[in-house]
Amino acid sequence: MSETWKTLKPYALITPQTLVFLLFLVFPILMIGVVSFWEFNGYSMTPAFTLANYQGILTDVTFKTYLNTFKFLGMVWLATLLIGYPVAYFLAFHVPKLEWQILLFLVCTIPFWTSNIIRMISWVPLLGREGLVNQMFMGVGLIQQPMEFLLYSDFAVVLGMVHLYIIFMIAPIFNSLMRIERSLVTAAEDLGASGLQVFREVILPLSAPGIAIGSIFIVTLVMGEFVTVRLMGGGQSASVGKLIQTQIGSLQYPLAAANAIVLLAVTMLIIISILRVLDIRKEL
Amino acid sequence: MQDIQIEPVLTVEAVPEELQADAKGVSLRDVTKKYGSFAAVQNITLDIPAGSYTCLLGPSGCGKTTTMRMIAGHEDISEGDIYIGETRINDIPATQRNTAMMFQNYALFPHKTVWDNVDFGLKMRGMTKADRHYRVGEMLEVVGLSSFSDRKPAQLSGGQQQRVALARALVTRPQVLMLDEPLSALDESLRVKTRGELRKLQRQFGMTFIQVTHNQDEAYSLSDQIVVMDHGRVDQVGTPAEIFSKPLSKFVARFTGDNNIFPGTVTSAVQDTNGQLIQLDIPALGTLLCLGDYAQVGTEAACCIRADLMQIKSLADAETSVCGPATNRLTARITAVEFTGYVTRVSLVLERSGVEVLYKARTPDWLTTTFAEGQVVVLDWAATDCVFLPH
Repeated sequence: MSETWKTLKPYALITPQTLVFLLFLVFPILMIGVVSFWEFNGYSMTPAFTLANYQGILTDVTFKTYLNTFKFLGMVWLATLLIGYPVAYFLAFHVPKLEWQILLFLVCTIPFWTSNIIRMISWVPLLGREGLVNQMFMGVGLIQQPMEFLLYSDFAVVLGMVHLYIIFMIAPIFNSLMRIERSLVTAAEDLGASGLQVFREVILPLSAPGIAIGSIFIVTLVMGEFVTVRLMGGGQSASVGKLIQTQIGSLQYPLAAANAIVLLAVTMLIIISILRVLDIRKEL
Repeated sequence: MQDIQIEPVLTVEAVPEELQADAKGVSLRDVTKKYGSFAAVQNITLDIPAGSYTCLLGPSGCGKTTTMRMIAGHEDISEGDIYIGETRINDIPATQRNTAMMFQNYALFPHKTVWDNVDFGLKMRGMTKADRHYRVGEMLEVVGLSSFSDRKPAQLSGGQQQRVALARALVTRPQVLMLDEPLSALDESLRVKTRGELRKLQRQFGMTFIQVTHNQDEAYSLSDQIVVMDHGRVDQVGTPAEIFSKPLSKFVARFTGDNNIFPGTVTSAVQDTNGQLIQLDIPALGTLLCLGDYAQVGTEAACCIRADLMQIKSLADAETSVCGPATNRLTARITAVEFTGYVTRVSLVLERSGVEVLYKARTPDWLTTTFAEGQVVVLDWAATDCVFLPH
């Protein structure tokens, strides 16, 4: 009895997690995959096997939407990296005590205690035509006309996403920087490396896995984005996520499903290429 | 054949000239290091001869590592001056001091190969690729790691990592090489072997080596000169033999070997052929005779006797043997006998003062005796073996 239980125990322990995965991840994706081949005539969909939906999304509009999504991804990735890395570096190397490092890291997470949508909406009074920023610049006489690009523009979309997702870049980089033995820095200096050389030769390569993990977070989050694009883009900006959402809104489920499958494949490809370049196994 | 990992033995042949450095001595003049109001190192004045192997020996917190880090330039000097050769280096940055350091846990770059680790210092100095290639190749040859050049540090054994660290430090031809507890990360058997290799390498390169250690065996076997440190001060400087056989303070006597120490007051000092024959009054024990350089009558001092220089006798034997005027004699009760291999350690308590003393015998000798725990015996030792400790 107890022998049998011993063999079964690990399986019993992983069963709930496996069921959750199957039910809420694998099954829905399979469903989307299946629906993407169904026939659709504008009013109803019927189970079938047709490639029409995939042909239907091979249009200039889809292509342009993808390009636009990649543009967002590139800009958000670059901005989160350029802002996030120095923040993580400061926390890891210039804050002397562990207690302070943890405390300041928690401070970085405070904005994430509020709902995404509320945080997005609160940009409006700041960036709008009559917003704080425009009023301030006009008040000091730097500009005569309010700046239009601040809100409902690609700029606003990128700004909103950077604000939303930067912690996903900071956290893994901070984690990998914290693992770098401080004696390596002293050793590099002892061997004649300048500050910049220490960074390039020692700190950057050793924190690369953290950058990779942060980048994967950013890729998955930005590629599927539609809330920020809608709220901050104000109908001016397009992304694949928003496209899918529009199609769902007009009940074109098979078309949306085909789009979702393509998006999934593209996102996976990007992540695979990141993993090709950077080995993250050490961090996991 | 099975693929058994055999630690390749380091055979140091002649070191190529390109790798040899001109060794420089190091001088410290009244050097102090303060952290706030706490002085980690206080007024150290010390000369480390060019080409010597010097060990800074002391317990943790004695200031030995701080002293080394000040020489290497990883720590600011609060007061005093440090010279390498004739050059005062207080204000010269670490990278331009021509020193190199081998770190306690080696601090090898985990993402770089053995070759790139050794190459690092040369690359940072902006040397051409051709020159670097030659020097790194030669260096790896010297430490016997040529066939490991493509490996990462994690793929090497502890002894091999240690040699990579050494090669990385030596390849820049430093005038002074500093080693921070270089053997502490190795296991016991490898430590003894590596000790010999280190000594051999130092001879071959003719470089000045300054090593920090808390292990007196390591210091004895490696050094030309030992600097014993305690509480941020230099307690005694000398050759291993001097430190071992003629400690000058209670601390050195306690730290460097199995010495029995008796603090007391100097009651007389008579000139003898080898120094002064000094008589000390030990509280609750009586008088002991010892040999020293100079003692002032009336001062507080101490004397010590090495545990292996005493003779142990039964009470009956002691009665028949004459106790000369220059012999110290005390009765003690054996409390424990500890067999440690070649040496047997015998703990005793002095009958008169209740103080614990240690006696060491060669195990073969001890086995010919019939002493047992609880037995009262006599300990004899010559005044000439008893060392006077001025402080």
